[in-house]
Amino acid sequence: MTEMIKVGMADLNVCHAPDAITTLGLGSCVGVALYDKTSQIAGLVHVMLPDSTQVRQNQNRAKFADTGIDYLIEMMVQKGANRRNLTAKIAGGAQMFAFSGNSDMLRVGERNVEAVKKKLNQLGIRLLAEDTGLNFGRTVEFYPENGDFVIKSVGKPIRTI
Amino acid sequence: MQSNGNDSIDNIEFDVLTEIGNIGAGNATTALSQLINTKIDMRVPQVKMLSFAELAEIIGGAETLVAGILLSLSDDIDGQLLFVLESKDARMLVHQLLGFGDMESKEFSDIEVSALQEIGNIISGAYLSAISSLTGMSISVSVPSLAFDMAGAILSVPAIEFGKLGDEALLIETQFTDLDVDISGYFILIPTMESYVRILKSLGLR
Repeated sequence: MTEMIKVGMADLNVCHAPDAITTLGLGSCVGVALYDKTSQIAGLVHVMLPDSTQVRQNQNRAKFADTGIDYLIEMMVQKGANRRNLTAKIAGGAQMFAFSGNSDMLRVGERNVEAVKKKLNQLGIRLLAEDTGLNFGRTVEFYPENGDFVIKSVGKPIRTI
Repeated sequence: MQSNGNDSIDNIEFDVLTEIGNIGAGNATTALSQLINTKIDMRVPQVKMLSFAELAEIIGGAETLVAGILLSLSDDIDGQLLFVLESKDARMLVHQLLGFGDMESKEFSDIEVSALQEIGNIISGAYLSAISSLTGMSISVSVPSLAFDMAGAILSVPAIEFGKLGDEALLIETQFTDLDVDISGYFILIPTMESYVRILKSLGLR
């Protein structure tokens, strides 16, 4: 039987086909799915904040874009993925509430997306597709069998990227 | 709970924040009762320090539809106040206020949205004025911003702010009773780090 592995907020996990991996209700957080097609291993991290160096309480590595992606790669390599094969798909980073003004508190979704892209770029991991920004929540599911990243939102058709 | 450094909350501070939450929620209940012209009672609010994993679960899971009303705070306290309730409870409240409305509809009409915004405004205002008189701090609030979405997505907003301090969020659950059905509302006060320290100082802690 295939399993759907759940990843919580500021959390991460790895799965192998035919299992799939999901995180529910991404808002301003970003879901980063990494994938090694050859070994059919996928990992998903639910990133909350862009930069671990800006926060004193930064022991939870999965919480931040910079350390979370590193941590996920370590975990995937341990399970047999090849670092050089990794590709990425990302979703989330919405601005859930509309406000005039541009306070940092509200732009965090955008900053999360930027930080994730910067980190992927530094690591030489190709970003194949994204569904980011705007003002709605997203539930995401990644299927290592075929590399599909399925995105569900309230009142919107299901998208596969 | 840890008490290493300024960024975390110790037990006494937790008790104080709990009390602030109690008083705020009590005031909010009175305001709501007057607004919809119905006697409303409040159960003793539950103040909880929740891990991020538990946060969405408490409101029925990350994919439960909720309404969130967010106010931006400035002046002595910078930050945000979020009031969250399940979508079906929001509809119930709006119905009470307007005296009409389609209880089965999935969407909120324009007038229902403004009614909800007004409800959010009034009860959040009451909540904040209790905190303001308790601490002697002045708090200015923005026009409320309203969003309907999955609980996980709405709660990511406060979770991210708490995420800068640690791995838990402080949530105050208020149950309004004596209506046709019980309604649960959740207040989440999200002061910035600096404001948080100012609140505790104003109360003689730190």
